[in-house]
Amino acid sequence: MQTKLPPSLKLAMSVGYSFLYLPILTLIVFSFNASRDVTVWQGFSTKWYGSLLQDDVLIKSVWISLEVATCAATVAVAFGTLAAVALSRLGRFRGRRFFGILTAAPLVMPEVITGLSLLLLFVGLEQTLGWPKGRGVLTITIAHITLCMAYVTILVRGRLSDMDRSLEEAALDLGARPLKVFTAITLPLIFPALISGWLLAFALSLDDLVIASFVAGPGSSTLPMVIFSSIRFGITPQINALATLIITGVAIAVMMAGWLIHRKRY
Amino acid sequence: MRGVWKKAEKTLTSPFWAAVVPYGWLLLFFLVPFLIVLKISFSDLKLGLPPYGPLTEWVEDGVLMIKLNLTNYSFIGTDSLYLFTYLESLMIAVLGTAGCLCIGYPMAYGIAKAAQPLRTVLLMMVILPFWTSFLLRVYAWIGILSPHGFLNKALMKVGLLSTPLPLLDTTFATILGIIYCYLPFMILPLYASLEKIDHALVEAAYDLGAHPFQAFLRIIWPLSLSGVMAGSMLVLIPAVGEFVIPELLGGSQTLMIGKVIWNEFFTNRDWPVASALAILMLIFLIIPISIFQRLQERQIRFLDAD
Repeated sequence: MQTKLPPSLKLAMSVGYSFLYLPILTLIVFSFNASRDVTVWQGFSTKWYGSLLQDDVLIKSVWISLEVATCAATVAVAFGTLAAVALSRLGRFRGRRFFGILTAAPLVMPEVITGLSLLLLFVGLEQTLGWPKGRGVLTITIAHITLCMAYVTILVRGRLSDMDRSLEEAALDLGARPLKVFTAITLPLIFPALISGWLLAFALSLDDLVIASFVAGPGSSTLPMVIFSSIRFGITPQINALATLIITGVAIAVMMAGWLIHRKRY
Repeated sequence: MRGVWKKAEKTLTSPFWAAVVPYGWLLLFFLVPFLIVLKISFSDLKLGLPPYGPLTEWVEDGVLMIKLNLTNYSFIGTDSLYLFTYLESLMIAVLGTAGCLCIGYPMAYGIAKAAQPLRTVLLMMVILPFWTSFLLRVYAWIGILSPHGFLNKALMKVGLLSTPLPLLDTTFATILGIIYCYLPFMILPLYASLEKIDHALVEAAYDLGAHPFQAFLRIIWPLSLSGVMAGSMLVLIPAVGEFVIPELLGGSQTLMIGKVIWNEFFTNRDWPVASALAILMLIFLIIPISIFQRLQERQIRFLDAD
């Protein structure tokens, strides 16, 4: 479908894009405001960025979030890829349909329920097995792996179905073992999906407030948890400065991912 | 002897191992926790940790007694506040979904119609906010909607208002926040279905004398229905259970079920009632979730069909 856009459609689109971007723009502009009041412009200043660096609680939470997101994204990519390969390459096996539903279910489960149920599991496990000892980085990571896996599985499954299967079949016909076919043929071909899956999982983990709030313990507040508690006390330009940094970082990451996906398809 | 080794090696490198690890993980960290919620929703509140009583008890002679406590459910059933909360969550989510559809449909249609280099840019611009912090995007609206916020200031400057409107801490703000945050979830599946439509069909309708509006109503809209359904479910399902948006934008007058579960759990520390509320919310969501699962399965079957 390619025709000239009618003016009414152009208007609707500009309204839509303004709606998406104006709020983000106000966040960025007022992060450079000299005044403490977020809504009155009183000259340019970068002092709020400086004050971010002095906030120890915030900095600690950034490190916790990065640690959790890195671990969760890496494990989620490994498990999600295995699940996707199992679903689209192993043919029919017992419980396949149930497995398919189970891999997609965390996507539609409300966050409040995922968080609540995982906390109840961790409490129960600690009571009966003595593991995990208390709650903290480990339990948040486990929860995020479960959530992110579902997204990775969908992405990799899509890529596996797009892929030309004759290459794998040719390698099998020439006598390569299934494992060899996977590492030599399949893995390099689905690699872009693994990268974008990792970035998506990383972003999801970094962004999650609800699930982390349920399964976190004392002293393991993630960045969204710290932001949330400071927003509850009111709006400050410091959060605007933080938002600007996050948005810039994410924009770079999305462009990288976009470049990887739209590069050459095969 | 060699045969045995070969067989052992074959089992060890069997691709079926690929399924075992993720399957086991999901059983342990997704299915079992859910069953625990179900169990706790039937137990009674106790002081201590965990703050709930056991469902099963060994009475003498090795007889296992199971007691199902339905008081949590009957408590929720008799307190009309909970019923009201479920209905209000549903209403807010439905209005939010409708808003996403109204804003998202023309955008998705425009993106699908745009020529190539522009189309990728437009699509990227929809995806970008979806990747930035959800919490901070909700936060941006506090600055816009508050009594001294940008919107009230602008309206007063133009002369439309003499005193600031109470926009923040309202149900309206919650719906607006849902539309804003979930818009990309609506646009992407809509775009996917609109992009597939063969333009020759629309041209044929024009050649046969159809109005643009008729062509839209009888050709484009029916062909994009799968995208409309997928997008609506993607917005509706998480919106019903939303916590952050009503907490930050809705104030105390907006009751949503995600917020109530959170408060029962963290403030009242009533785990059994929180669990029962969670189970009831899932029952509420079973219809939209199964519609979504069916759509997705159909799509995956279509993908795997080659």
